[in-house]
Amino acid sequence: MAFDKMELQKIEVWDGNRAAAQALRQAQVDVVAAYPITPSTPIVEGYAKFLADGYIEGEFAMVESEHAAMSACIGAAAAGGRVATATSSQGLALMSETLYQASGMRLPIILNLVNRALASPLNVNGDHSDMYMIRDSGWIQFDAFCPQESYDLNLIAFRVAEDHDIRLPAIVNQDGFMTSHTAQGVHTLSDDEAYAFVGEYKPMNDMLDFEHPVTHGVQTEEDWHFEHKARQHNDLMVKVIPKIKEVFADFEKLTGRKYNLVEKYDMDDADVCVVCMGSSVETAREVATEMRAKGIKAGVVGFRVFRPIPFAEIIDALKGVKAIAALDRSSPNGAAGTLFNEIAGALFNTDTKALLSGYVYGLGGRDLTKAHLTALFNELQANVDAGKVTTQLQQFIGVRGPKLAYL
Amino acid sequence: MMTKKGWDEFEIGAMLRTFNGKIDDIAGTQQQDRDYSENSSYTASVADWRLIKPIFNKDYCIDCQFCWVYCPDVSIISRDKKLIGVDMDHCKGCGICVEACPTNPKSLLMFPEQADEESEIANWPKKDEKEA
Repeated sequence: MAFDKMELQKIEVWDGNRAAAQALRQAQVDVVAAYPITPSTPIVEGYAKFLADGYIEGEFAMVESEHAAMSACIGAAAAGGRVATATSSQGLALMSETLYQASGMRLPIILNLVNRALASPLNVNGDHSDMYMIRDSGWIQFDAFCPQESYDLNLIAFRVAEDHDIRLPAIVNQDGFMTSHTAQGVHTLSDDEAYAFVGEYKPMNDMLDFEHPVTHGVQTEEDWHFEHKARQHNDLMVKVIPKIKEVFADFEKLTGRKYNLVEKYDMDDADVCVVCMGSSVETAREVATEMRAKGIKAGVVGFRVFRPIPFAEIIDALKGVKAIAALDRSSPNGAAGTLFNEIAGALFNTDTKALLSGYVYGLGGRDLTKAHLTALFNELQANVDAGKVTTQLQQFIGVRGPKLAYL
Repeated sequence: MMTKKGWDEFEIGAMLRTFNGKIDDIAGTQQQDRDYSENSSYTASVADWRLIKPIFNKDYCIDCQFCWVYCPDVSIISRDKKLIGVDMDHCKGCGICVEACPTNPKSLLMFPEQADEESEIANWPKKDEKEA
C-alpha cells in the first residue's frame, strides 16, 4: 500500500487541530483509534481524511467510546505500531483508567489533549481541568501555547516517547478553541524532513514478534507492583527531562525554533512574574511588555513540560524574582491551585524570599483579558513594595459576583 | 519460585516473556522441547488449586481427541493423535474431559486428589449395558 506525499507551503494557515493532524500524517501514524469529542474532533477527523485520501499508510479504528479508543490504541501499540489519538474533557475522563494502563505498559502512544472544562455544568470551552485530572497518570505532558507549537510538539513527542530509553506515552496539550480553532501561520516541514526527524518506528517487545512471544498487561500484587511503579517514576524523573532537552536541541537545529522545559519571557531582571500555561502565556507576555513601559519589571514563565515536572528549571527560572503569581485554569475544589503547589514545592527549600500568590481564572473558557493581567501585575508590584502578600493567597479573577479569595 | 528482583533489574512494562531467548518454529516444537521462561505459567505448578483429579485409563481410550479439544487448560497431553496422559501441574480438576469422553466405560474419571492411580484403574467401572 503506497501513499502520496503532500506539498505544503512554507507557511500554512492552520488552527491547532489542523496542525496536530498534519503532524500525525507526517509521522505516518500506523493506528488512530478515536471517538469524537469537541473541541478535539478535527484532529482525528483530519487523520481519517488524510488516510482516506491516500496520504497515510495506516488504520483508523472507529470505536464506541473513549475508553475503547485508548484500549484499542494500547492494543495497537503493544502489537508494535506507531499510535496516536485525540480527546478532550469528558472523553479524557472516560479514558482515564486506560491511561494508567498505557503508561504502566510503557507504550509510547501520543495523545492530543485539547483542553476543555469538565462538567458539571457541561461546557465545551477551554480550561485545564482535564490536563490536571490525569497529571499523576504517568504520561509525559507537553503544552502548546499556539498552533505552531501544536505542530512542533507533536513531532517532538513521538521522538521522545518512542525512544527505547523512555517508552512512555505523551500528551500534547493545547487550549480548546483558543488554540485548537484559531488559525495562525504555521511554519511547516516537508513530509520528508518531518518523517526523518520523527524517525522510523522501532518496535519493542511487540506482540507481532512471533519469535519472542510476550504477555502484555500482566497482573502483579504486593510482591511486584511497587517495583514496576518505582521504575516508571524513576524513568520519568531521571531519563525523560534529558531526552526532551536533546530532542528540543535537534528540533532547533532543524527548524530554528527553540523550545525549553519552562519558557522564560523577560525574566532576566524581572521583579514580578506570572506563571501560567496554554494560550494565556502569550497574553501575559504582551501585558508584561506593556507593564515594562509603565516601569514595572514584569516577566512571564510558561510551563512547556508539565510532566515530568521540570523542578530544577522552575527554580532556575524563578530565582531572583520578588513576587510570583501562579495562574491555575482549573478549580482546585478545596485546595490551593496545582501550579501554586508545584511552585511552592520547588521553591520551599531554596533561598528565595519570593512572595507567591495563586489565582484561579478562565474556567469554562472565560477570557483572561489584558485588563485582568494588568491589575494582577500591579498587585504583584504592590506585594513587592509592601514586602508581603497583601491579598489572600488564592484569588479568583474574572468571575462575577462578590470577590472570592481564600487562604 | 521467581527471583524477587529489584526495581532496576527487570525489563520495563508490565510484560513477561514466554521463552528464554528466541523460538524459531513454535508450531513445530512440542511443549517439552520448548525453552519456557520462569515467567511462563507452563513452568509453574497450580496443582494445589485442584480438589479432584482425572485418572486416565488407556485400555478404553479410542483416541478421539474430544478431551484434548475440550480441556480449557490445554492439560490433556496428546502426541501423534494419541492421548498419553494429563498434565497434572496445570489440570484444575474441572472434569470437562470426563464429560466429553464418549467411551463406555469412560476412559477418564474423576477421583479425590489422594486416590491411588493404580488401584483405581484396577477397580475401573465395567461397561454400562444400559448405555450400550
